Amino acid sequence: MSRVLLLWRKFLNVVMLTLTGVAAFGVVAVLFLILGYLVWNGGKSLNLNFFTQLPKPVGETGGGMANAIVGSLKLLLLAALMGLPVGLMAGVYLAEFGGKTFSYVIRYTTDLLNGVPSIVIGIFAYSLVVLPVKHFSAVAGGVALGMMVVPITVRSTEEFLRAVPGSLREGAMALGASKWRTIATVVLPAAKGGIITGVLLALARVAGETAPLLFTAFSNRFWSPGWSQPIASLPVMIYTYAIAPYDDWHRQAWAAGLVLLALVLVANIGTRIVLSRGGASRSA
Amino acid sequence: MRKMLVVLFLLFALAATAGAQSSPLLLNAAGATFPYPIYSKWFDVYHTAHPNIQINYQSIGSGGGIRQLQAGTVDFGASDGPMSDDQLAQSKIKILHFPTVLGAVIPTYNIPGVSGDLNFTQKALAGIYLGTITKWNDPEITKANPGVKLPGEDIVVVHRSDGSGTSYIFTDFLSKASDDWKNKVGKGTSVNWPVGLGGKGNEGVSGLVKQTPSSIGYIELIYAVQNNIPYGKVQNAAGKFVKADLAGVTAAAASMKDMPEDFRVSITNAPGATSYPISSFTWLLIPAQISDAGKRDAIKGFLKWMLVDGQKFNEGLSYAQLPKSVVTKETKAISLIQ
Amino acid sequence: MLTLTFAAGILLLTSMLVYELWMNSHLSRAKFGWMFFWTRTWDPIFDNFGAAPFIYGTLVTSIVSLVIAVPLGLAAAIFLSELAPRRMSDTISFLIDLLAAVPSVIYGLLGIFIIVPLMRTTVGPLLIGSLGHVPLLGQFFKGPNYGVGFLTAGVVLAIMVVPFIISVSREVLLTVPREQREAALALGATRWEATWKVVVPWARTGILGSVFLALARALGETMAVTMVIGNDPKISASLFAPGYTIAAVIANEFTEATGDLYLSALIELGLVLFLMTFILNGLARLLIVATDRGGGHPS
Repeated sequence: MSRVLLLWRKFLNVVMLTLTGVAAFGVVAVLFLILGYLVWNGGKSLNLNFFTQLPKPVGETGGGMANAIVGSLKLLLLAALMGLPVGLMAGVYLAEFGGKTFSYVIRYTTDLLNGVPSIVIGIFAYSLVVLPVKHFSAVAGGVALGMMVVPITVRSTEEFLRAVPGSLREGAMALGASKWRTIATVVLPAAKGGIITGVLLALARVAGETAPLLFTAFSNRFWSPGWSQPIASLPVMIYTYAIAPYDDWHRQAWAAGLVLLALVLVANIGTRIVLSRGGASRSA
Repeated sequence: MRKMLVVLFLLFALAATAGAQSSPLLLNAAGATFPYPIYSKWFDVYHTAHPNIQINYQSIGSGGGIRQLQAGTVDFGASDGPMSDDQLAQSKIKILHFPTVLGAVIPTYNIPGVSGDLNFTQKALAGIYLGTITKWNDPEITKANPGVKLPGEDIVVVHRSDGSGTSYIFTDFLSKASDDWKNKVGKGTSVNWPVGLGGKGNEGVSGLVKQTPSSIGYIELIYAVQNNIPYGKVQNAAGKFVKADLAGVTAAAASMKDMPEDFRVSITNAPGATSYPISSFTWLLIPAQISDAGKRDAIKGFLKWMLVDGQKFNEGLSYAQLPKSVVTKETKAISLIQ
Repeated sequence: MLTLTFAAGILLLTSMLVYELWMNSHLSRAKFGWMFFWTRTWDPIFDNFGAAPFIYGTLVTSIVSLVIAVPLGLAAAIFLSELAPRRMSDTISFLIDLLAAVPSVIYGLLGIFIIVPLMRTTVGPLLIGSLGHVPLLGQFFKGPNYGVGFLTAGVVLAIMVVPFIISVSREVLLTVPREQREAALALGATRWEATWKVVVPWARTGILGSVFLALARALGETMAVTMVIGNDPKISASLFAPGYTIAAVIANEFTEATGDLYLSALIELGLVLFLMTFILNGLARLLIVATDRGGGHPS
């Protein structure tokens, strides 16, 4: 009897362990499927027109997403300008200065902000920026995206600042440097690799956001000069084109998806590589 | 650190100037998806003729057009459902309606094996959208289509998920065609649909019908033409089955006795043997007071252009031209914009 | 000083967000009160709004996604923490993390053109045919199959949240003390038994935390869901029926809510969503922190 039981347990062992392997490789396979589809469908449609032309009137083929590409870059710039200083400074505060309870409150609130669905952030940006000035604008989109950049930046800045060994700080202070001097000239440079990667990851994350832009940046068929006009963006164009019936628009949606994904993945992979190389010198 | 700041600043300056020509006049507009193909053509052509005027039109649905106009976030709106007396009364600003084109809402379908034109009685359309007629081989449909083999499949109903003038036109027609519909659902840009999937914009509905076998949806004529999807004939008030085309729409408009002063009128279920029953005007919603002189002149200039040169593009995109009497009346009304 | 003001700025920002949500939903809260939560109509013509279909849709799609993602994710995490050699585990982990970086709208794109047709032509008929007649369970697998619907949205969401479950669970599993495994093996357990009956239970609070995290993420997902769920505010038993989620309806109807009550109702929905994710994230945090502090495991 026990021999049968033993055989069964061994059998179960092999089956279950194999299944876990299948699960892991299966999930990885999904990633490659996604990449594959985008490269296949998007690659076919990528051409010079796509990068240089404005959208054509409805139903006409050709045309491109030049304004959406530039638009996404402008929005990222705005998000960076608005979100990064807040995130970086708050991260410095938490790592270098914070009192116990206040820090806890800040961290908790930051996590809270991180968990807010992006569509809700869009509602907030709409009532904060769009309504008072009666204008959809790049700025409103930047505010929404900037709000999303803050928590990610705070978290990574704090983490990398904390990783700087205390000995570095003590050494500087022993030499007579003030707290701020120490931070600015010793601690920050030591952590800069990690902080920059955190910034890049935050930007990569918001580059793909669509929902908050739907009623802040809106969209624009033309170039959007300055900052106070509606502006086109890659994610919004992908959404608009994907749900429409025109085959030409579908083509362009795939191409845009490929461009967007490429940007996001390059940022993610690039920062990982930088981090793992810098990792050795961090722990020294 | 300093180098990075310099680079950032340069990028900033570059981005700020990207795309800026000799500071064009920018007008933002939003609204109906029904006329989006012709509007996007018009604004494109107008921009080529007047490079310093840019009209950015976003097709977010008539409900969106009305809403954003009232919120003041766009310079003018567009809707195929005219604003109701209530809406106009509640509006903080006075809004004028200007008809632009005549179009048709058609029932489009995707039934594997059926490639010809189906005839839809008024009862059939109302029943399908009420959810009382659920299969393609329901007698109400088959009796109007002798000789066509209709499958016993469930009908996948598609309607609009967003606030839509096209929905307004369609539900206006259904309210006239069926008392049941009028009492249970009513007409409006956003109704409580008894059944069906929601697509966003005419584009979304066309997309859904194209991708979903056994489905039916209501869209503007041009969307079916541009995407090669079949559409059926609808029974008009005179009992005849009419396929939507320019002649049918024009006949429906012609049967209208008098265009009211504020241009808000419904021509669905129009009398006449050749009238297409689901026809409608579509309107640009312009504020009566525009404080910015540049914008005001640009809008008035565009309207004048639209009434004469713009109309020439209508038929190429399957919209009918405005009747001459309406054009004359509108040209006079442009002066109402202060 | 300087950094303090910025840090406090975050507090200010978040409070303003909650304040705005609360104030702008005033009209709707005043008119509907608690009834809002179980009214099933969403009627802009007669100004009657209820959150029930959207809460239902949000919960159903999220639960479906968890039903798929949790076993899959846990299995993968087990493989990565127990079986795979360190380097392979790190590489695969890295690749799976990349999945988490893919923007929602791209999942929506793939959803529309690949998963929806697949669901409609292959998976749907298969499931309806096999499970549709099973008593009780069959309720969920009935009816016309459009390709879009609760199940499709759940599947897309599952792919989106599985990286979170894997990443957190893997880390948590790695913290389980070696002695636990070795003790089990020494007692004659197979690898699998040691893992399933000793290691996983030890890490269970952390794993639960990862599930809550995934759930919070799924609840707030907007684009991918609205592109594949069918956008119909109805409560239906069948998973193949079209539905609607809170995030999706806000995305579709916000810019066109004609009427202040309409807009207020949408914002109230946003408030509801905010509260749901707030509570879940809080719980997740508690659970994951509890494991960090040395295994929530009564010895």
